[in-house]
Amino acid sequence: MITLQGITKRYGHYAALDNVSLEVRDGEFLALLGPSGSGKTTLLRIIAGLAFPDEGSVQFNGEDVTHLKVADRKVGFVFQHYALFKHMTVADNVGFGLSVRKRGQRPAKAQIKARADELLDLVQLGGLGERYPAQLSGGQRQRVALARALAVEPQLLLLDEPFGALDAKVRKTLRRWLRDLHKRMGLTSIFVTHDQEEALELADRVVVMDHGVIEQIGTPEQVYMEPATPFVSDFVGETNRLPGGVHVRPHDLEIIGGTCEPDGHELIVDNIFRKGGVWRVEGIFSDNSVVELDVDASLKPPSPGDSIRVRPRRSKTFTSTGAKSHEQA
Amino acid sequence: MENALSSPLQMSAAPVRHARRSKRNRSVIPGFGLTMGLTLAWLSLIVLIPLSTVFIRSAGMGWADFLAAGFSPRAVAAYTVSFGTAFAAALVNAVFGLLTAWVIVRYDFPGKRVVNALIDLPFALPTAVAGIALTAIYAGNGWVGQFFEPLGIQLAYTPVGITLALIFIGLPFIVRSVEPVLEDMSAEVEEAALSLGANPWQIFSRVILPAILPSLLTGFALAFARGVGEYGSVIFIAGNMPFKSEIAPLLIITQLEQYDYAGATAIATVMLVASFAVLLLINLIQAWSRRRMNG
Repeated sequence: MITLQGITKRYGHYAALDNVSLEVRDGEFLALLGPSGSGKTTLLRIIAGLAFPDEGSVQFNGEDVTHLKVADRKVGFVFQHYALFKHMTVADNVGFGLSVRKRGQRPAKAQIKARADELLDLVQLGGLGERYPAQLSGGQRQRVALARALAVEPQLLLLDEPFGALDAKVRKTLRRWLRDLHKRMGLTSIFVTHDQEEALELADRVVVMDHGVIEQIGTPEQVYMEPATPFVSDFVGETNRLPGGVHVRPHDLEIIGGTCEPDGHELIVDNIFRKGGVWRVEGIFSDNSVVELDVDASLKPPSPGDSIRVRPRRSKTFTSTGAKSHEQA
Repeated sequence: MENALSSPLQMSAAPVRHARRSKRNRSVIPGFGLTMGLTLAWLSLIVLIPLSTVFIRSAGMGWADFLAAGFSPRAVAAYTVSFGTAFAAALVNAVFGLLTAWVIVRYDFPGKRVVNALIDLPFALPTAVAGIALTAIYAGNGWVGQFFEPLGIQLAYTPVGITLALIFIGLPFIVRSVEPVLEDMSAEVEEAALSLGANPWQIFSRVILPAILPSLLTGFALAFARGVGEYGSVIFIAGNMPFKSEIAPLLIITQLEQYDYAGATAIATVMLVASFAVLLLINLIQAWSRRRMNG
C-alpha cells in the first residue's frame, strides 16, 4: 500500500501540489486525471522518487521512502515519449535494468538475454529483440518501454501519459492490452492522463486533480455519476451548465412536446450531427450559451432554427453549500 | 457511357504527364539542376582545381624524387609532429569540450552567456594573436610556464606547446558539435536509466556517451583537421626546430622560401592524402554509429 500524506511541492510561489494526501491499495489500477498544470505528473514523479516534496511524506507499505532515490524504490516508470535508449537493440533496452546491477546480483549475460526475450514475448514483441527502437512503430516502442520497466520486477508500475504520443486506434488497443497485463501480473499501477475517457475505461479508481489539489477520488462510476465539485462534473464527461448551478449531461436532457409545459428550458436549435448512435443537437440558450443534448437516433431530429423545450431527466446542482442530485421520476 | 466519353480526354493527357515524370524522379522543390550545377562549378573552382594542381605538380617530379622529397627524414619528423599534436589536442578537446558542452546545456549559472561567447573566441581571434599570447604565458618566464620551468618541464617551444596551441584552436569545434545533440537528448532518457537502477557512471558510459558519440566524432574530426592545417598560432609557440618541433605546414613554407617548389608540393601531397584518409575513416565510423541509431 502506498500512502501519501500532506504532499506539498512549490516552484517559487506557485504551489504545484498543495497538501495532497492519497492512499493507493495493493493491486489497484489508479488514474491521476487532470488538465495540464493540475500537478498530476508532479505527484507521479514524487511517488517515483524522480522529484521530492517540500513537505509531506511518501510511504510504501508503512516504510517511509520520502527521501529514497528512484533506484531504491523498486518502481517501474514508463515515460510519455518512451525514453528508449536509441543506440541499443530492443533486447538490450529491456535487459538494461538487469545489466546495471551490482556485480554480485547481476545475472549472467545469457540469463539477461533469456529474461529480455521472455518479457518481449509478454508484450507481444517476440522476435524483435535484435531491432533498434528507430525501426519500431510508436505503439511497439511504448511496449518495449513497458517491458524494460517490468524487467526489474517493480512492486509498483508508474506510467506518465503512456498513450499520449500514440494515434487513436493504437491507443485503444494498447489500453485494453495494458488493462489485461495489469490484471495478469497482479501489479499496483498508477497512470497519469488528461484523457477522461482513458481514465474511466482503465482505472479501478480515478483521482481527479486541479490546481495542485485533489478534487475527488472515486470509482469511474462515482466520478462520472456523482461528481463532487463543479470542476469534476465539467472535466469528466460532457456537461451543460444551466442557470442556478445546475449541471446536466447531454444524454440526461430530453425534448418535451408542446410549449405549455411549465418546467424546462427553451432552446433555438443551431446545429445537428450524428454522434455515434445518437443525434447530437446543439442549441442556443436564452443567455447565448450553447447547450448540447443527445436525441435517440431512431427519432426524427429537430431542424436548425427550430425552437424546442428541454428538461433534465437527471441533474446535479452545485451551490456554495454543497452538491445535490435531482432525478426526474 | 459517360466513362467512354471522358476516357479519351484522360488518355490524351496522361501519356504527356507520364513521359515527363518518368524522365527523372521529379522533386517538388524546384531548381535542382541550377543549384546543383552551380555548387559543382563552385566546389571545383574553390576546392578541387587548387587541390588537383598539388597532385599534378608532384606527379611531374617522378616517383623517386617524390619519395625523396615527401618522405625525407625531416619531412617524416614534421608529419609526426603535425599529426601527433593534432591528434593529442583533439583528444584533450574531446574530453574537456564535452564537459564544457555538458555544463552549458545542463546547468544555468550566472555569466552563462559570457562563457558561451568565450568558447567561440578561438574562431574569431587572428591565430597569430593566439600564438603570441600562448607563448607569453607558457614560455619559461611566463605566467604558467614559470611553475613548470623549475620542474624541468618546458612547455613552449616543444610539441607540448604546439599541442596547447591546437587545443586552444580546436575547442569550439567539439563544443559546438556536441552541444545541439546534448540539448536534444531529453532528461527523460537519463531518468529512465536512473529508475532502472543505473549509477551515474553507468548512465554516462552506457546511455549518454553512445548517444553523442557520432557528434563527438564530428567535432573530433573537425578539431583534428584544423589542428593539422594550423599554422599561424603554432609557429610562435613551436620553436620550429627541425626534427623536434617543426610542423609540416612550416616545412612547406620553408621549402617554398628556398624555391624548392617540387619538395613543397610533395609534402603537401602526402599531407593531403593522409588528412583525407583520416577524415574518411572518421566519417565512416560516424556513419556506422549513426545508422545504428536511426534505423
